[in-house]
Amino acid sequence: MAGFEASALNRRDQKVERLIRWLFLLMTLLLILPVFVILIFLVIKGWPVMSMEFLFTEPSNGMTAGGIFPALVGTVWLVAVALLFSVPIGVAAAIYLSEYASDNWLTRVINLAIINLAGVPSIVHALFGVGAFVLFFGFGTSILAASLTLGIMTLPVVIVSTREALQAVPMAFREACWNMGATRWQTIRHVVLPNALSGILTGIILEVSRTAGETAPIMFTGAAFFLPFLPQGVFDETMALSLHLFVISTQVPNVPEALPYGVALVLIGIVLAMNSLSIAFRTVLRRRKKW
Amino acid sequence: MDKERPLAIKTQKLSLWYGTFQALFDVDLEIRGGMITSLIGPSGCGKSTFLRCINRINERLGYVRTAGKVHVLGNDIYAPAVELLQVRKQVGMVFQRPNPLPLSIRDNVLFGYRIHNRDKGRLSKAAGDEIAESALRRVLLWESVKDKLGSPGGGLSLEEQQKLCIARLMPVKPAVLLMDEPCSALDPNGTEAVEELIWELREEYTVLIVTHNMAQARRASDECIFMLMGKVVEHRSTGEMFVTPRHKETADYIEGRYG
Repeated sequence: MAGFEASALNRRDQKVERLIRWLFLLMTLLLILPVFVILIFLVIKGWPVMSMEFLFTEPSNGMTAGGIFPALVGTVWLVAVALLFSVPIGVAAAIYLSEYASDNWLTRVINLAIINLAGVPSIVHALFGVGAFVLFFGFGTSILAASLTLGIMTLPVVIVSTREALQAVPMAFREACWNMGATRWQTIRHVVLPNALSGILTGIILEVSRTAGETAPIMFTGAAFFLPFLPQGVFDETMALSLHLFVISTQVPNVPEALPYGVALVLIGIVLAMNSLSIAFRTVLRRRKKW
Repeated sequence: MDKERPLAIKTQKLSLWYGTFQALFDVDLEIRGGMITSLIGPSGCGKSTFLRCINRINERLGYVRTAGKVHVLGNDIYAPAVELLQVRKQVGMVFQRPNPLPLSIRDNVLFGYRIHNRDKGRLSKAAGDEIAESALRRVLLWESVKDKLGSPGGGLSLEEQQKLCIARLMPVKPAVLLMDEPCSALDPNGTEAVEELIWELREEYTVLIVTHNMAQARRASDECIFMLMGKVVEHRSTGEMFVTPRHKETADYIEGRYG
């Protein structure tokens, strides 16, 4: 009987193994379930109001009817101006930290600051935005003030994702360049950046979808309750989708049930579209990679 | 040994510390130009460290401290007036793992040239083609890549990649080529091909090559330096060293008693 049959202990181990496997699979399913439920729920509830008219007209009847056009345009403004601010600063800072800075106490303090900045609650950013941009710099409640607030909020994420993308470029490429007498900047420009681009863009696009959904930071700094005109410049106030959703769900009486769900559907739609775009981007750029 | 050749590299009392660990002790070496000198010795004996002093790549690590002098072609490369980029231009380096840049084969070859000749305006297509062709011919790679110059350098076999890495140094016209175990990532056929190429490059370049492979040092170098614990034990013509080593340590190492 000195064969290779399973012993009692082996059989017990196998049972545990199967159990654990199923348990973890169950947890994984629980994780993705809400995503689908939310999506299906929103489509069912919000689809009836979805139309060209809904997307391209302004709200009417005390926001109980009509469309969301000013809010849609306002969100685009807010996100665009925020990126205009956070992307150049964030990318430059990440390049400095990853390619130039040596590991010393200063860079460690900066890293710590970035991590902490990422953890600051958005409502705190909002208060900071009011104090700094609305009042101190005198931008008033405006797209500029709101976008700068959003920009500061997204900065740490842009830095971290850019830095990760840069560090994914193999060290051997840099060494090869340096050894041929290329300067750091030449190395970055010709070799490191082109190969980190897909990662950097992915990070930025994911930030777009997050920024589009933020409510608290824009509430006091630039987003208006009801303003049925399109903004003409960065010093105007504007409506925004996220705040509009909050307003018609909680602040306005007699809103038909489908209306907020329609707004939510558009918001989710933007997020999903942005995420798909970032995946497509990454795929295309990765295929062009030479390694 | 050909004493007529001019000195290419000369070090005087070269010592190097990684933090508090001393990796080189007063290394005095005179390496003649236009020949292949191989550096042998057990792992950690300082041969790679020595190699990396010749193009000052060690100092990128902030905790490295060097003392003594290194002369390349008669110039003290650690002198304050020396521009690092000029040193790198004169002293090319080939690494253990082939590291072609993530560019096309053609752009890999032209990369260094473009960087060092930016003041001469845009490189015309014809001139670029000519430079690329002559460099690739020099490393015996032209025939196999001439129809795919636009494809990525990383797509070549390891042997071809290593040849490409040597080819991209050519247009910059270095005087010295440093090679840090250039064949250790290659299969026997690749090793043979790259060794042949390195042999081809004598006369025109001073080649300093670190190797773990005794047979390689023996068949593919003119002179040989044996190092142990950060010190030079023996520096002689390869033929003599392998037949009649002067020191017991050298004999033991060559015969494979340690390493």
